[in-house]
Amino acid sequence: MARRRKFCKFCADKVDYIDYKDVKTLSQFIPERAKILPRRISGVCAPHQRKLTMAIKRARHLALLPFAGE
Amino acid sequence: MRRYEVVFVLAPKLTEEEVKQSVETFSAAAQEKGATVLEVDEIGKRRLAYPVANFNDGIYVILHLEEEAGTAVAELERRFLVTDSVIRFLTIRVDEHHKRADKLRQRREARKKRRAAARKAKPVEQEATAATEE
Repeated sequence: MARRRKFCKFCADKVDYIDYKDVKTLSQFIPERAKILPRRISGVCAPHQRKLTMAIKRARHLALLPFAGE
Repeated sequence: MRRYEVVFVLAPKLTEEEVKQSVETFSAAAQEKGATVLEVDEIGKRRLAYPVANFNDGIYVILHLEEEAGTAVAELERRFLVTDSVIRFLTIRVDEHHKRADKLRQRREARKKRRAAARKAKPVEQEATAATEE
């Protein structure tokens, strides 16, 4: 079974700055357990994953995103 | 000039007037220290992802500042710490982020232009090689 090739969502949308206030986008990368989704699953490229991690951590500090899920 | 985004979260028990008042005192304090307040973004009440100081909601306010050194930001942070109604705060220096974003955008545009130019140049090149083969 051929799996669909993963691509970086942020590169496709040409995102240069991932905002910590953009909870909608960030929450796509945190599953129920509220851990940050690894690159190997989401397919995000390394530069964007670094920015994403930074944004998620900032959002967590401001209680926009949870540190731990249910 | 450095640009900052200063976010702070106020306790939900505050009335609208109290919120307005504290926003004003904070921005006045920033201006006193030589910063210009570019924009005040009152996001309003939001559900917190986890309880902070026994509250489940918070009133989010963002101050967009511009200043030469970090003196106003330092003063604001000191004030946030001594103000009980501020339950969370975060300061982010955004000018460097924006600079990097601009650079990436420019690089992308340059690449696009280069590729378009290469595509245009290619057919001509092929014709040239075909001509020499003959």
